Amino acid sequence: MVLFHSISGALRAEKLLKAEGVPLKMIPVPRHLSSDCGICIRFERADELKVEGILGRSKLEIQGIHQI
Amino acid sequence: MIYLDNAATSWPKPEAVYQAMDGFMCQVGASPGRSGHRLSIEAGRVVYETRESLARLFNIDDPLRIIFTSNATEALNVAINGVLRPGDHAITSSMEHNSVMRPLRALQERGVELTVVSCSKEGFLDPGGIEKAIKPNTRLIVLNHASNVVGTLLPVIEVGAIARRHGVLFCIDAAQSAGAYPLDVSFMKVDLLAFTGHKSLYGPQGTGGLYIRQGVEDVVEPLMRGGTGSRSDSEHQPDFLPDKYESGTPNTVGLAGLGAGVQFVLSRGVNALREKEEKLMYLLIEGLGAIPGVTLYGSGDAREQVAVLSFNIAGIASSEVAMRLEEEYDILCRPGLQCAPIAHKTLGTFPGGTVRVSPGYFTTEYEVDIVLRAIRNIASMGKGIGL
Repeated sequence: MVLFHSISGALRAEKLLKAEGVPLKMIPVPRHLSSDCGICIRFERADELKVEGILGRSKLEIQGIHQI
Repeated sequence: MIYLDNAATSWPKPEAVYQAMDGFMCQVGASPGRSGHRLSIEAGRVVYETRESLARLFNIDDPLRIIFTSNATEALNVAINGVLRPGDHAITSSMEHNSVMRPLRALQERGVELTVVSCSKEGFLDPGGIEKAIKPNTRLIVLNHASNVVGTLLPVIEVGAIARRHGVLFCIDAAQSAGAYPLDVSFMKVDLLAFTGHKSLYGPQGTGGLYIRQGVEDVVEPLMRGGTGSRSDSEHQPDFLPDKYESGTPNTVGLAGLGAGVQFVLSRGVNALREKEEKLMYLLIEGLGAIPGVTLYGSGDAREQVAVLSFNIAGIASSEVAMRLEEEYDILCRPGLQCAPIAHKTLGTFPGGTVRVSPGYFTTEYEVDIVLRAIRNIASMGKGIGL
């Protein structure tokens, strides 16, 4: 899953990833992963490179990608 | 009834605006960005969609560079109070609204230097006058894009280039132009752009915002601090956009309406909307100009202004003209000084003010014709009763 600094950032990422057809779900951030905002995006491990690429090109700052 | 006060608040709104607000209240209703449940996320999406539509309209790469405020006044207060410190110098024009003048005058009392560059009596500004006013400690130039009294457009493209060349921040008050006239922040070299939602963006009252160019947020202090839904472990305000400037629960229902209003502007196209208003303005200017006893203020050319027109009838106070227009003809407009005393001093209409008529997208040519006949009747009766 990918964590963001702000909910606005997470929502922007959601639109960008959906536009590229990445299956995802917005979920509350698990308590053991401290996050700047309350929600994060869960996606399949197999899409990790694609997700990194899309978010990198958008210059959207993320807090990090974590495995769960 | 004929509503000619669109420069204050556009009305009516496109049907989709009412539907979006009703839909939000009935089906979503939750706080955006405060929780992970689906209604909160949906509320967040509504706010984000509005941000994205505005970014498209103003040609802003990153929608998160737009922060929401309750109106253009709040956005201008963030920009002006956020940037200027004692010892700094600011430049503005003599055609400003009090939303710019009052924050600047208050700062002047606290050690900020201010130069007000004079405009012509038609409301035009010579960009050279701005350049001449720049000093080593000049920090900010604030200009309205279009006058709320006479609609005259100021040369923001030229001033933007001057500001960038001298390394001075440039803030535009686009309250009267956003949605009504093309705005492109990268082409215009603007650092801060304040807009309101309830005029030519067709949103409800209580919505507005400020575009902040990348990096400029480092020198703009927020006006308010508080809960943002982010960095909840910290007792300090986040430093990233939009959260740095968006504390507290926002006007989400209003932003839902604003989103629908901006979609309306995008679907019609700013140029098509402008063409319609320009035609109405042409008819008003030509018609009023031909009535004996009527004095028109401003450019006198529909191509050089937005849809705002000020006039007076010889011998009758502006307040009385407005009252008679409503009581005898059911025409609603706005008399007086329109919160812009310095603009009226420039136009030579202080302290009496003017009668301001402002058509909108939903005004028809037939209604303009009725208005012209009503004003002709009032003018032909001569002297007022002294109200």
